[in-house]
Amino acid sequence: MTDMPLPAKNPRRFRFERHASTILLLAAIALYIALIIIMGQTRFLTLENLVAILSRSITLGITAIGQTFAILVASIDLSVASVISAAAVVTSVVMNGDPAMMLPAVASVLALGAVVGLANGLVITKLEVNPLIATLGMSLIIQGVLSYYYNNFAGNVPVEFQIFAYGTVGIVPFSLIFMFVLAGCAWFVLRFSRFGSDVYSVGGNKDAARLAGIKTDRVVIGAHVICSLCAAIAGIYLASRLRSGAPWIGAEGVYDLESIAVVVIGGTVLAGGRGGIWGTMAGVIIFSLIDSIFNVAGVDAFVKQVLRGIIIVAAVAFYAARSKRPVA
Amino acid sequence: MSAQSLPRPAAAKRSLPKINPVYVLVAALILAIIVMNPAFGEPTGYMNFLKRVTALAILSAGALYVIVSGGFDLSVGSIMTLTVIGSSMLASNDPNSTYWIIPLMLCIGAVIGLINGLVVSYLKVPSLIATLGMMITLNGVAFMWSGGAPRGYLPDTFRFFGRYNITDIPVITLLPVAVICLVVFGTILWWGMHRTNFGRMLHAVGDNQQAARLAGVPVERVRISAFVVSALTAVLAGVILGGRAGVSVDIGSGFELQAITAAVIGGAQLLGGRGSVPATIAGALALEAIFTLLNLLGLAQPVRLVVQGLILIGAVAFATYQRKRAGR
Repeated sequence: MTDMPLPAKNPRRFRFERHASTILLLAAIALYIALIIIMGQTRFLTLENLVAILSRSITLGITAIGQTFAILVASIDLSVASVISAAAVVTSVVMNGDPAMMLPAVASVLALGAVVGLANGLVITKLEVNPLIATLGMSLIIQGVLSYYYNNFAGNVPVEFQIFAYGTVGIVPFSLIFMFVLAGCAWFVLRFSRFGSDVYSVGGNKDAARLAGIKTDRVVIGAHVICSLCAAIAGIYLASRLRSGAPWIGAEGVYDLESIAVVVIGGTVLAGGRGGIWGTMAGVIIFSLIDSIFNVAGVDAFVKQVLRGIIIVAAVAFYAARSKRPVA
Repeated sequence: MSAQSLPRPAAAKRSLPKINPVYVLVAALILAIIVMNPAFGEPTGYMNFLKRVTALAILSAGALYVIVSGGFDLSVGSIMTLTVIGSSMLASNDPNSTYWIIPLMLCIGAVIGLINGLVVSYLKVPSLIATLGMMITLNGVAFMWSGGAPRGYLPDTFRFFGRYNITDIPVITLLPVAVICLVVFGTILWWGMHRTNFGRMLHAVGDNQQAARLAGVPVERVRISAFVVSALTAVLAGVILGGRAGVSVDIGSGFELQAITAAVIGGAQLLGGRGSVPATIAGALALEAIFTLLNLLGLAQPVRLVVQGLILIGAVAFATYQRKRAGR
């Protein structure tokens, strides 16, 4: 990497990548407002509606916070969707309408998330299995176990716990505040803790990080534990919102692919080492704006799915096309 | 291989991996099935097994092209769904329509493969994301086309390839057309991979893209061709599967992972550079044999997922271990 002849070009490229997610976010907002004005539906331009748009993607947001960690260490987690399903089902089955079981249910779900993350991390680091395959395999295993025991909505969540999804402060839902607090914590960890800087070093160059004395395996395992924990929390939220959990809700939301797409749109590099939480949050908001745009424009559900697939690929391409690295 | 001081163990070691372990695995599994269910030894038993495995075997052999070139193709399952749904919508039970529907579907498949390849090679989108996006898109298209519930069914001329048995044959008494397809397409795919320049370039690109480019391999063209081959075999697999199993909206779902699993069981190296068509077909046989065994043991469908996940992780971990033991 002799980058002698490129001093003039580098700062410009760097700046673009830094601000790309902001540019995309502004573009999405502009498009949304323009569409509303063209359609003459200015009743959508209220603060309540803004909150409603944001609240629609809390599951995705919480999952994406975790996924950011996995991608930053140059790994990836395709098991989040099944972890979400499993967490939602466990939440509603353990609670089963009994408010006294709220704490044990949350604790057991978090334990489940930690175990899955640990298993993912160990398989990836110790058995040296490609992360895509390791987490895909884990996803199959979780999904199989889950659908062995349950094939429909199981258990139910007590009214007291539905506050997590439906309770509000003024017009802002608790869950939305929770998501941003979680993002704040993640940002703090990445920005100020030693683990955070290790995450960036390992993602940037694993061998260099190891030579610098970082226990790279532990960092990768830690990132995966965080990722699965976030997915588990997203599952808890989903159970609280749907009032019950079913074994397909994670897969139905395509949370694995969407969380990756959101992270990439937020400017985190798939090869690891560069990016951050606020970009991911911008990506989440972009996605919910796109959803709202479809809704306002009255796009058919199936067409919406088609457009979503195209948008995800286009968004990744938007970043990837300028990369010189060969891709898998 | 600097085995100067230890000629004997080296020789003993070298004689072992000569036979790909997958062939031993298939033989053992089939023996186990015959022991548990002697009817399997009859022609109707094993011919039906081969008929059942044909779609997956052809699909995996095609998906291997992408794997060897260093990518993943997760869109194949949705291409199969699209083929079945599209054919049933177009056919409207007209037996003569088969003659133009299958070529038309192959054209659609080629276009899809071309798009996958172009997006991966020129827009530099990682193949996993690109083909997952394609999967979402195509599933949406299949839904759009059928309006959510498929109407009409496939004419017998279309189902000929997947369902029809040629009877009154000496020794084996019956021969499903699907098995003939398996032999024909398996041979073509074997020839393309192992006996042509294209196959060699495919291996070169997957092994080391930069080196291949420097050696004059048209990397982009080779990778795009791999995606086209994969998509075309998915259409063929869709025709055969639709013929055998009839029309349903989720007929192809899950096949993309089964194809990758089959290739991995057959010793293909993920992220490219190594893979064999006969071993992949044997891998598909092994996977289907395991599913058959699970059925015979009376285990429910979800157990398949768990087993598949474990195999996927186990096979990749085993391959990594072997490579490390062999001295990198």
